Amino acid sequence: MTTDVQSHGAGGNVFRDPRVRAVVYQAIVIVLFVAFVLYIGHNTAHNLEKRGIASGFGFLGQPAGFGIGIVLFMDYSNQTSTHLDVLIIGIINTLVVSFTGIFFATLIGFIAGILRLSKNWIVNKMAAVYIEVVRNIPLLVQLFFWYFAVLAVLPTVRDSHQIGSSIFVNNRGVSFPGIIPSEGFWLIPVALLVAIVLCVFVARWARKRQEATGQLFPVFWTWVGLVILLPVIGAAIMGFPFTIAYPDFGKFSIHGGWSLEPEFLSLLLGLSIYTGAFIAEIVRSGINSVSFGQTEAAHSLGLRPRLTTRLVILPQALRVIVPPLTSQYLNLIKNSSLATAIGYADITALFAGTSLNQTGQAIECIFITMLFYLSISLLISMFMNWYNKHISLVER
Amino acid sequence: MAIVKTDRHPDLPPPASQTGVVGWLRENLFSSPLNIILTIIAAFIAWEALSTFLSYTLIHANFAGETKADCTDTGACWVFIKARFGQDMYGFYPPEERWRVDVGYVLAAIGLFFVLSDFVKNKKWPAIYLFGFVPVACFFLFHGGYFGLEVVETSQWGGLFLTLVLASVSIFVALPLGIVLALGRRSDMPIVRMMCVGFIELIRGVPLITVLFMASVMLPLFLPEGVNFDKLIRALVGMSLFSAAYMAEVVRGGLQAIPKGQMEAAKSLGLGYWKAMGLIVLPQALKIAIPSIVNTFIGLFKDTTLVLIIGLLDLLSIIKAGTTDKNWIGTATEGYVFVAAVFWVFCFSMSRYSIWLENKLHTGHKR
Repeated sequence: MTTDVQSHGAGGNVFRDPRVRAVVYQAIVIVLFVAFVLYIGHNTAHNLEKRGIASGFGFLGQPAGFGIGIVLFMDYSNQTSTHLDVLIIGIINTLVVSFTGIFFATLIGFIAGILRLSKNWIVNKMAAVYIEVVRNIPLLVQLFFWYFAVLAVLPTVRDSHQIGSSIFVNNRGVSFPGIIPSEGFWLIPVALLVAIVLCVFVARWARKRQEATGQLFPVFWTWVGLVILLPVIGAAIMGFPFTIAYPDFGKFSIHGGWSLEPEFLSLLLGLSIYTGAFIAEIVRSGINSVSFGQTEAAHSLGLRPRLTTRLVILPQALRVIVPPLTSQYLNLIKNSSLATAIGYADITALFAGTSLNQTGQAIECIFITMLFYLSISLLISMFMNWYNKHISLVER
Repeated sequence: MAIVKTDRHPDLPPPASQTGVVGWLRENLFSSPLNIILTIIAAFIAWEALSTFLSYTLIHANFAGETKADCTDTGACWVFIKARFGQDMYGFYPPEERWRVDVGYVLAAIGLFFVLSDFVKNKKWPAIYLFGFVPVACFFLFHGGYFGLEVVETSQWGGLFLTLVLASVSIFVALPLGIVLALGRRSDMPIVRMMCVGFIELIRGVPLITVLFMASVMLPLFLPEGVNFDKLIRALVGMSLFSAAYMAEVVRGGLQAIPKGQMEAAKSLGLGYWKAMGLIVLPQALKIAIPSIVNTFIGLFKDTTLVLIIGLLDLLSIIKAGTTDKNWIGTATEGYVFVAAVFWVFCFSMSRYSIWLENKLHTGHKR
């Protein structure tokens, strides 16, 4: 005969059973949560009705009717374009500033992180000062500094600084020669893509050959050659299908060419310098985490310093660097929403700002904006997790 | 005849080129040709930066005077900060009532000193004072309405005072909420766990601005008609929820570092879940997590500047408003350098404190 001690507990009280308790607690939590949601839903519906706001996503099809400073890859007109177009422009602008920011932040961060490890005292201390100053000042203050204190006091268009013959710097941004594609331009990006794919294959082949025969292959220079040569050949086949537009220095403004607006520039500067300081610390601690014995062992095996760094130190350091680096990238993308404060037309400024104020559809606008950031966060963490798995230690 | 030296020759001094100032210079600045070039370039940049900075902020700066017209030298016009200093620190808090804010600062500073420093070993009473008495006292002091104190509406609060209020209230709410969320995330109950994970990941996946927008635009929609929070409370709700999610992850990190055996041992002694958590696991976990908690707090402190976007007058917005004043055109650099310096002093000292604490707590593993 067995007694079921588990289900009835010591005193025979059903509530003494942890499993019963867990079910009861969770039921209470669900009831409370549902009640909370219903309460809020009821209030919201009532308030919306009171204010005469129709809910739903119909407003996305209505014309927006306001001007946007920076529009890329799209046609936008104040009269006909809808709030959906505004949303897409906002997303494009956010992505553009985020990815250029990530590129420069990584560059600055790795350089500063390595300089921070330099044995040269003065270089080391300068990197330390950069990191400690920038990390401890709010990003918004830095953005305002770049926007209102540095870029706004540049000369007016008429007295632009001129670098070389056709780069102009003034308080409306930087103008420089741009490329205007004409027919057949498609071959150049395609050639670049082919070159990148070929690079991957070359790297794999070279590695296999080295493992089989021990012979080294100049992979890096092959890459450089491929990436430069193929697009040039592509351009030559099509007869150089583009014209270069130089900025034209008029009396009150500069026409033609390409230009970077001060809003974009200050956001890019602020984001990359701020995030770069955090990345520098990550890089420094990552490299420091590889014990010095590894270097010594590599040297005693006869590896030269450069090979030691590439084959022994970096692969081990990257394992420590990648996870916090991911979260810095995500921070940078989220911080790009500070664009609102200096008037760069990103998704938060356009959609959760202007569109929201015009239509009054607060819930929908904020919901879509949050959903956008959430999906970006999830996508990047998925990619970085995959990469992290790729480089992480293979254990039994 | 043999020459035999019987006594040991005295040690020679190390070569002059490897000791002292010269040795240090050779070792650290001029060890190789590349290093020499680096040193020269870096020294040039450092000299340029430092001299520009000093001549702007000190040597050619203007300290005396009342208006923009008194700033005649080429450097910074600190008169701008001096003339508006009261507003920068307290916002539109009535000048004759500002002593109340100062008393609050002193009360909090006493508590912080005893809780954070090493002078008192038993932190029980300082903690009760700081987390129990000070918040209540500060509320009555700052807001007024009782004990014959005049009411000062939160719309008049501003400047550095508002920044500090935002940061301290948010951390005060976020820490306990974060602990609850972290425990929920590690709970055995699937529904509780799912809800905590959902909340934490949702908040951590979106920027603070959208959370603040949500708090300022959507909170009034969520509440029954007629109930209306003032702007400061709405911002505080947003900031607290946001930092609670980050705090939860930090606390979870601490909880994960405690071996399972601690919980099992506590339970085998007959402690229930809450007693085992509260008396055995959490104290150890929080101790490990303290440096990260301080780091999260630094992030939160910097993030308080974002309330500018929803229209609160914190230090940054007061300064920004000042730089657009028509009497003070062209003082943007001074304004932002000043804000940057204030934040830098706060954040840098907190990060030093966190490093000191980390060294103090990591006694076991250091050789």
